[in-house]
Amino acid sequence: MDLQTWTYLIVGLTFALYIGIAILSRVKTTKGFYVAGGHVSPLANGLATAADWMSAASFISMAGIISFSGHDGAYYLMGWTGGYVLLALLLAPYLRKFGQYTVPDFVGQRYYSKQARLVAVVCAIFVSFTYVAGQMRGVGVVFSRFLDVEIGLGVLIGMGIVFLYAVMGGMKGITYTQVAQYCVLIFAFLVPAIFISMAMTGEVFPQVGFGSTVLDASGKDTGIYLLDKLDGLHRELGFAAYTNGKKETIDVFFITAALMVGTAGLPHVIIRFFTVPRVRDARLSAGYALLFIALLYTTAPAVAAFARTNLIETVEGQAYASMPEWFQNWENTGLLAWVDKNDDGLIQYAPGGAFGKMPGDKSLKLVRDPERGSLGEPRYANPKADGPNELYVDRDIMVLANPEIARLPNWVIALVAAGGLAAALSTAAGLLLVISASISHDLLKNILMPGITEKQELLYARMAAGVAVCIAGYFGVNPPGFVAQVVAFAFGLAAASFFPAIVLGIFSKRMNREGAVAGMVVGIVFTAAYIIYFKFVNPEANTSAHWLFGISPEGIGTLGMLLNFAVSLTISRLTAPPPESVKRLVETIRVPR
Amino acid sequence: MQEMQEETSQPDSEAAGTEETHRAYWRANLRLMGWLLAVWFIVSYGFGILLVEPLNEIRVGGFKLGFWFAQQGSIYVFVALIFLYAWKMNRIDRKFGVDES
Repeated sequence: MDLQTWTYLIVGLTFALYIGIAILSRVKTTKGFYVAGGHVSPLANGLATAADWMSAASFISMAGIISFSGHDGAYYLMGWTGGYVLLALLLAPYLRKFGQYTVPDFVGQRYYSKQARLVAVVCAIFVSFTYVAGQMRGVGVVFSRFLDVEIGLGVLIGMGIVFLYAVMGGMKGITYTQVAQYCVLIFAFLVPAIFISMAMTGEVFPQVGFGSTVLDASGKDTGIYLLDKLDGLHRELGFAAYTNGKKETIDVFFITAALMVGTAGLPHVIIRFFTVPRVRDARLSAGYALLFIALLYTTAPAVAAFARTNLIETVEGQAYASMPEWFQNWENTGLLAWVDKNDDGLIQYAPGGAFGKMPGDKSLKLVRDPERGSLGEPRYANPKADGPNELYVDRDIMVLANPEIARLPNWVIALVAAGGLAAALSTAAGLLLVISASISHDLLKNILMPGITEKQELLYARMAAGVAVCIAGYFGVNPPGFVAQVVAFAFGLAAASFFPAIVLGIFSKRMNREGAVAGMVVGIVFTAAYIIYFKFVNPEANTSAHWLFGISPEGIGTLGMLLNFAVSLTISRLTAPPPESVKRLVETIRVPR
Repeated sequence: MQEMQEETSQPDSEAAGTEETHRAYWRANLRLMGWLLAVWFIVSYGFGILLVEPLNEIRVGGFKLGFWFAQQGSIYVFVALIFLYAWKMNRIDRKFGVDES
């Protein structure tokens, strides 16, 4: 069977599975819609949380990012896993004991204030929309690449599927489709990784192959460690060694912390822990969640090193005419491009860019010439960049094209498409539920229209989910240019707003409304202002020389969080203590029974 | 909320006893948390970031040790920490009689 047929078959089967689950898990109550009735087992919640958490970016882009940044990619790996330790030890068990439906619920009740709830609602919606636009885009990209479908139509199909199970089944539908989606995405990620590890090092486990010696073309052990070989290739081509860090230590420290604390403060992850029956289940399912996440996160850096080695060996110094079929396939998608600067017909790969930006463009966009070059290669209107590098490689290619580069069978390549879709859809659904609950439960039921019945609230929840799907789809088709730049926002804002407010709400009985609101406002305003300044107002100044203490906008959420803690603690000591009932609430949530 | 009402309706001495138990339980929880967070900090920020250069002088198989902690080891330790916490807390819950049964 050809690739196209395989892809339709596998993607079609997984979609049929999701729709089947949607039909089986319809709900009739708000408790069912918001927290799946609170009956999810720790194991199922662990699987669902892992799918909820691992987005299109984790599946498609992360290994590529690591592949191009080498050692420095570690802050994503540590940042996006270490946050679960904070979540398990500082938040999940207590929020489960508190036992409501949303994060603003906790903030509103613990700080006896509708204003505090409102601040939390605004943050939750902003963070979730920022994130969900990227997921829908990911769905469209996978469709267009693997199924030859327009991006717009791809997004529409994805919207339809999410709409079905999110609107009918709420959290219950989302939970069980996420369980299925985890299985699809991890299988799709591990199968190519294992194949490649065996081909390159003879080791079944990529985590082991990563540190082993490489085999030559005939399968004989060369005795050279993979990472040494890669460091050597890098040196030859003039790149910094793969296993050495390049970023400033202080910046790496702050970025890692912002990602960790932001992970622990993201509402769509936190609400998953409202769905298990008991406090002990919340602790255990956090362990399962990280275990399932770690399966992908420890494989990704191995894939990154394999793919990098493979890419350099396949293209560097080789004739363009001898390139395998995948090279042309990916040139057609615009993710790979070659310009023969020295007219020798060979591909030279070196540090630096291959192409320059078009006049007036802010970021690099390749513009195809209608004519092809003498070797049949696509040509581009972009100016040639200075320096010897002739190859443009989009980092996403490292996962998407890796199976083709390693000459794996068609069904494995088709699997990658289904896995990318599963990762994007599962995360999108979790985010949409946060948006829907923030509107129907927090904004309408608890602030604007307290008189509505449960039935009406459920109807509003479904409507909000439906509208949110449409808005997310719109952003998926017409991505605002700033999407890539605002991802730093989601983590920075979650770190600087929710995390301190929730942790202090549990661990300090003295923390009061005034302190928490002041802390959240200061944290958000500081973090947002810093990011907006360097990303939008004055992007030319976005270099370490101009940063505060050498901290990049990606890491500034950590400083925002520290400010939030300092302001909250100071203001709370200067104002009236919280009422007795709130102190008793804190005592209750600290004890499982 | 129900549980709180039950507590206040008990005789004073017993309520004070419960309160004392809860305080001791909370201290035990904080102590365990402190230890685990210290390990969490050391493997990631310590071995993976601040001490990465000296650790890279040590090799284990094909890995430089600092690089391994940053891209692999810290993640394994994180997983172990959460399971250890869940297991230990179940024991502490039972010891202080606050487990959910």
